Amino acid sequence: MDKIAALGRQGLAVIASFGRSGRFLFGVLSGVPRPITGFPLLVQQLYFVGVLSLAIVVVSGLFIGMVLALQGYTILSDFGSESAIGQMIALTLVRELGPVVTALLFAGRAGSALTAEIGLMKATEQLSSMEMMGVDPLRRVVAPRLWAGFIAMPVLAVIFTVVGIWGGMLVGVEWLGVFDGAYWGNMQSSVDFVDDVLNGLLKSVVFGFVCAWIAVYQGYDCIPTSAGISSATTKTVVYSSLAVLGLDFVLTAVMFGDF
Amino acid sequence: MDSSAYISFDNVVFSRSDRRILDGVSLQIPRGKVTAIMGPSGTGKTTLLRLIGGQLKPDSGTIMVAGQDVPHLKRKALYALREKMGMLFQTGALFTDLNVYENVAFPLREHTQLPEDMIRDIVLMKLEAVGLRGARDLMPAELSGGMTRRVALARSIALDPELIMYDEPFTGQDPIAMGVLIKLIRDLNSSMGLTSVLVSHDVPESLSICHYACIIADGKVIGEGTPEQLRDHPSERVQQFLGGQPDGPVPFHYPVADVAADFGVKGEWFSG
Repeated sequence: MDKIAALGRQGLAVIASFGRSGRFLFGVLSGVPRPITGFPLLVQQLYFVGVLSLAIVVVSGLFIGMVLALQGYTILSDFGSESAIGQMIALTLVRELGPVVTALLFAGRAGSALTAEIGLMKATEQLSSMEMMGVDPLRRVVAPRLWAGFIAMPVLAVIFTVVGIWGGMLVGVEWLGVFDGAYWGNMQSSVDFVDDVLNGLLKSVVFGFVCAWIAVYQGYDCIPTSAGISSATTKTVVYSSLAVLGLDFVLTAVMFGDF
Repeated sequence: MDSSAYISFDNVVFSRSDRRILDGVSLQIPRGKVTAIMGPSGTGKTTLLRLIGGQLKPDSGTIMVAGQDVPHLKRKALYALREKMGMLFQTGALFTDLNVYENVAFPLREHTQLPEDMIRDIVLMKLEAVGLRGARDLMPAELSGGMTRRVALARSIALDPELIMYDEPFTGQDPIAMGVLIKLIRDLNSSMGLTSVLVSHDVPESLSICHYACIIADGKVIGEGTPEQLRDHPSERVQQFLGGQPDGPVPFHYPVADVAADFGVKGEWFSG
C-alpha cells in the first residue's frame, strides 16, 4: 500500500514539474522583447552557446563522416556498389546523425553549462537580488539563453552535416579511391531539399528548443546547493538526451514513415 | 499604529512545507529610521525581508509597504515597488560576470534611459559613498568579503531607494569591515533619509545603530522597543538573547528523548 502511495506521489511530482516548466516557459516567452538591451545579451549568449560549441561539433562531425565512409565502403563494396557511398553518407547525416548527434553534443557541452550557470546564480542569490532590483531574471537571464540555444542548434547541425560529408569524402574519395564524380553525383541526385534537408533542419529546430528549455529550466528550478546543482546538471544531460532520442523516433515516423 | 509606519505586518503567518516559520507576526517599521530585527538563526528573519519584497507570499495576514498591499500586488506594480527598495544580501550577490562598475550601473541601465556619461557620474558617486571609487575595475572575485558588501550596498542605493534592507550585514566581517559597515548604514540613513531595515543576530552592533528594534523567536515577536527599552525588558527570553546565555528559556538541547532512553540504560544512573 505504501509503495502505491509512493508511486502516486512520484507521479504527482513529475506532473507538477511539467506544470512548473510550462509556466516557466510562458514566463520566459511572454515578455515583450526589448531590442536595445536584449540584442547584445542574445549575441553574447550565442557566442557562449554556439561559437564555443563549434570545436566539439566540427571534430565530431569530421570523425563521424570518416567512420561512415569506412563502414559504408566495407559493406557496399561487397555488392560492388561503393560508388553509392556519397548518397549513403549524405542521407544518414542529413536525416539522422546531423540533428541527433549535434543535439546530444549540445546537451553535454552547452546545456550542462547553462544549467550550472543559472543554478549557481540562483545559489549565490544573484537571481534573487535581480528580482529585488525590479529586474525579471526570466527575461534578463533566462530568455537570451533559451533563444540562443534555439538559434544555435540548427546552425550547428548544418555545420556538423557539412563537415561530416567532407570527412566522408576524405576517406571515401581520397583514401579508398571512390570516383569523386560518383560521390557527389549520387549525393546530388538522391538528396531532396524538402524531404531530407528541410526535415532534418526541422528536427534540429525541435531539438534545439527542447534542449535549451530543459537546460534553463533545470538551472532555474534546481535546489540551490552544490548537490542540487550537480544533480540538475546531470538531469539536463540525461533528460535532453532521452528527449532528443524519443522525439527523433516520433519525428522520423512522421516525416519518413509513409511506407 | 501611527501613519509614520513605512512597513506594517499584521498577524502574518508563513509556513514552509510543514514548518511554521512566522506564526502571527505583527510589527511596524517607522519611516526614515533604522529598525533592527533580531533573533536567533533560523527564526525567519530573512523570510521577513523576502515577504517585504514580495518574493514570498504569506499564508495569511497583511503586509503593507509604502501604503501598498504587497502580497496582492500585480506583477507589474510589484516590480515598480521593488525599484524603490534596495536589498543588501548576506553574500552580496554581485553579478560575477560583471566588474564592480558594471554591477553598480546594472540597475541604472535596466531602469533608466540615462546617457552613458550620466550613468558614469552616478556610479562613481555611489562608489565614492562606500569608499570604493578606486575599485571600479575589479571583478567580484577579486574583492574581500567586506568590499563585496560595500559594492553591493552601492548597487542597492544606485536608484536612490526609499527603503533599504540589510540581510545579516555583519556576519563574517572583521572588526574594521564591521566598523565601516556600521558607519555606512548610519550615514546613508541620515544623508538619504532612507528607511532602513536591518536583520541581524549581532546584538551589540545592531543595537548601536538602530533607533528601534524587535526580537523574533519561534515565529513570534517576543520583544520590541528602543535599544534602551529592550535592555530593561522584563522577558527572560529577551534577556537571554541579548546577553547570549547558552541555556535559559531557549533550551540548550534540541528537543530529544530522555537521555536514559536514548542510551538504553536505567534512569537511576543519571538521577544522582
